[in-house]
Amino acid sequence: MTIKPTFLAATIALSAGLCTPALADTVLRIGMQQEPTVLDPTADATASIDGMLAHNVYESLTTVDESGAVLPNLATDWTISEDGLTYTFTLVEGASYHDGTAFDAEDVKFTFDRAMGADSTNPSKGIFEPIDSVEVVDPQTVKITLNRKDAFLLFNLAQGDASIIASESVEANKTTPVGTGPFRFADWTRGDRLVLEKFAEYRDAADVAVDRVEFRFVSDPAAASAALMAGELDAFPGFPAPEMMDQFEADPRFNVVVGSTMGEVILAMNNSKPPFDTLAVRQAVSHAIDRQEIIDGAMYGRAEPIGSFYPPHGPAYVDLIDTYPHDSEKAAALFQEAGVNEEIIIRVPPFPYATRTGEIVQAQLAEAGVKAKVENVEWGFWLDEVYKKKNYHMTVIAHTSPNDLSNFARGADYFYGYQSDEFDTLWNDIKTEADPEARIALEQQAQRFLTENAIHGFLFQLPKLGVYTTNVDGFWANSPVLFAPLAGVTIQ
Amino acid sequence: MQIFLLRRTFGFLATLLAVSLIVFLTMNVLPGDPALTILGLDATEDARAALRAELGLDAPLWQRYVEWILGALRGDFGESYSFGVPVSGLIAERLPLTLSLAAGGMLVTLSLALVLGVAAAANHGRGGDWAVMVLSQLGIAIPAFWLSILLVMLFAVNLRWLPPGGFPGWEEPVLALRSLILPVTALALVQSAVLARVTRSSALEVLRLDFVRTARATGLGRRRILWRHVLPNALVPIVTIVGMQFASVVTGTIVIENVFYLPGLGRLIFQAIANRDLFTVQALVVMFAAVVVTANFLVDIAYVLIDPRLRARLA
Repeated sequence: MTIKPTFLAATIALSAGLCTPALADTVLRIGMQQEPTVLDPTADATASIDGMLAHNVYESLTTVDESGAVLPNLATDWTISEDGLTYTFTLVEGASYHDGTAFDAEDVKFTFDRAMGADSTNPSKGIFEPIDSVEVVDPQTVKITLNRKDAFLLFNLAQGDASIIASESVEANKTTPVGTGPFRFADWTRGDRLVLEKFAEYRDAADVAVDRVEFRFVSDPAAASAALMAGELDAFPGFPAPEMMDQFEADPRFNVVVGSTMGEVILAMNNSKPPFDTLAVRQAVSHAIDRQEIIDGAMYGRAEPIGSFYPPHGPAYVDLIDTYPHDSEKAAALFQEAGVNEEIIIRVPPFPYATRTGEIVQAQLAEAGVKAKVENVEWGFWLDEVYKKKNYHMTVIAHTSPNDLSNFARGADYFYGYQSDEFDTLWNDIKTEADPEARIALEQQAQRFLTENAIHGFLFQLPKLGVYTTNVDGFWANSPVLFAPLAGVTIQ
Repeated sequence: MQIFLLRRTFGFLATLLAVSLIVFLTMNVLPGDPALTILGLDATEDARAALRAELGLDAPLWQRYVEWILGALRGDFGESYSFGVPVSGLIAERLPLTLSLAAGGMLVTLSLALVLGVAAAANHGRGGDWAVMVLSQLGIAIPAFWLSILLVMLFAVNLRWLPPGGFPGWEEPVLALRSLILPVTALALVQSAVLARVTRSSALEVLRLDFVRTARATGLGRRRILWRHVLPNALVPIVTIVGMQFASVVTGTIVIENVFYLPGLGRLIFQAIANRDLFTVQALVVMFAAVVVTANFLVDIAYVLIDPRLRARLA
C-alpha cells in the first residue's frame, strides 16, 4: 500500500512536466453553461452563439457599448434622410474576412438579401422586415431603403442575427465560422470546448490583448464551481447558480460581479382565457405576489425587482414597483369577488429561476386563497404547449431580447393572448419616433400602461452573475445585448 | 447451437427495429417542434416554416421513418437537425471517449469486486468480511452523481491532484488518462459494491460444497482453492450481474459525462433530446439499446461456456 501515493505523485509530476505549454500565449479560459449547436448566429437562436461569436468572430454594421448605445463598427459613418427612410452607410476600409477575402458593400447586400429572402430561416427575420431594399452604391457605400421608419434599426443591425457574412463562406459557417472580427475560429470539440485565436490581420489587432480564447462548456452548476475552484477557468461570465456566489465572494482569488441583463422575468398569465381575461383577477395576482420573497428565495437576493416590462438600468425606466403593493388580504378579496375558485396550473420551463419562482408563487397564491399547482415541464414541451398552443394558465419566463415592449403588440395569437389597440398605437409611435427624448417619454407611457393593466406579474430582472479570477479584466458587467465582446479583455 | 445463435440474432434485429420505431413515434408524439426550438421565441412563422421545409419535417410520418430506416441500413443515420452535420460523424467523434469510460469502469469494477468479494467470502464472519459488507452497503446507497461531486471536491478542488472535468483529447494521452481517473472511479465504485456482494454470497455457497472440502483435504493452497476452484464455480450468478452491470455502466456514462463535462455520447444524447434532434436521439437510443441487448446475448453465450450442463442441453 505504501507504493501507491508515491506512484501517484510521480505520475502527476510527470504529466505536469509534459504538459506545460511551450508558447507564452495569453490564453483566456471562459466557462459557459450553454453550448451552441451550430456556429452561425443567422441560423439559430441559441443565445450562446451570439454570446461567443458575435463581435468576436463576426461583425455587424454597427455595434453597441455596455450601456446599449449604438456605435460604428463595419460601418464607420451613416446618414439618415429627412424622411427617415433612407440610411446611407460608409463602410470601413481595410477589413477582410478570416479566409482572406476582402470585405465590401457586396457582402452587406448579400447578407441582408439572404436574411430577408422568402426561404430565410433567420431567427430574427422580423428585424429586417422594415427594410425594403439594399443597394450597393460603391464598394465602400451601402444604401438601405425602408418601407417605414424604424427607430431601432441601427440597434438591431448591431445584433448577431445581422452579422455581415460573405457569400464565399456562408455555407460552412455552421461548423467553421468566417467573419471579419478580432478573433478567428480555431477549433471546436463538441461537448467540450470551442477555441478562438487572435486574427493577426484584424484592423485593430494591436488593441487585442488575448491570443487565444477557450470557451469550455460546463452545464452543471456544481461542476462549474469545481472548475473555477480548481483553477481550470479564468472567468465564468454567466454563472448558473446564485446560491454559490457567497462562496466566490469570500474567496480572495475571485471577483464577483453582479450585473444586469435584458431579461425581464415575468409571471405570465394567459390573458385570452378565464380567469386571467379579467383585469381584477390579474390585479389580484399582482397584489398576491411578494417580489422580495421571490427574489430572496429564487435568486438568493441577487436580482432587481421590476414593476413593469423594462430593465431597471435602461434609459426609459420608470419605477412602478409600488403600484400593486403586496397585500394578500386585498388579493384574496379581489379573487373572491371575481369568483376564482378553480385550481390554477403554473407550467414552468426547466430553468432554476423559473422552477423556484413557480413554487414561491404557488405559496403566495395559496396565501391569497387560490389553489395553484406547479407543473415542471421540459423546454420542448413548454415551447409547444405554452408558447405555441397557449395551453396554460400561468408560467414563469424571462424575456431576454432588447426593446421587447413590442411583445405586447404581437396580437392575441402570441402566447400572452393579449391584444389592445391602444397599446398597438403606442408601440407604433415608439418604433417610429426618431427623437430619443420623445421616444423615452413614450416608452415610459407604455410601461405605465402595462402595469395599470396588470397584464402579467412583473417580477425581477435576470442578473448577470459573473465570477472572474482577479487577474482578468475588461469583461462587461452587464449584458445590454446577447453578445459579449472580448477584444478589450486583458489577462495578467 | 446454430439454431440458438440464429434465433438470438433474429431477436436482436427485431428488438432494434422495435426500439427505433418506439423512439421515432415517441419523439413525434411528444410536444416539441425542432424548428421552434432552433429559432427561438422571436422567430416569425414563415422563418419557422422555411426551416421545417429545409429539415424535411413536412413529409408524412411514415415516409420519414421508412427513409430513416433505409438510410440506416446503408450506414447513413441522417443529418442532425440542430448540429447540421451527419449523425454518424457526431457519434464517431464521441464514441471513443464513452467506450473508454465504460471499458475502464467495467475493468475497475471487475477487479475490485472479484477480489473484495472472494476475500470477504474467504474471511467469512471476520473483520475483513464485515468491512467489505459495510463498504458495499455504503456504495449501493450512494448515488453516482453525488459520489462524483465528493471525489471532485477532494481530488480536484482541495488536493489539486486531478482535473475536475473536461477531456483534452487522446492526442495528449497522459492528460487524457488523468482526466478519466475520477469519472471511471465514480462509475466503478457503485457498481463494484453491488458486484462484490454477489461475488461474496456466490463464493460462500461454493465454499460449503463437498469438492472444496476434498480440495482442502488434499492439501491444496488456500489461494489456489479460491481462484481455481471456488471462483469459476461461483461464476454463473456473477456473470448475470456483470451483464446487467455492463448495461448500467454504459447508461451510467450519461450522468457521469454531465457531471464531469466530458464530450461523450451521454452528453450528446442529453443535448439532442433537449433540442428535439430526432435523428441523433434515435441513432443514440438504438445504439444504447444494441449495447444492452448484446450484453444479454453475451451473457447467454457465457453461460454455455461456463456451464457444461447447458452446453449438453443445447447440443
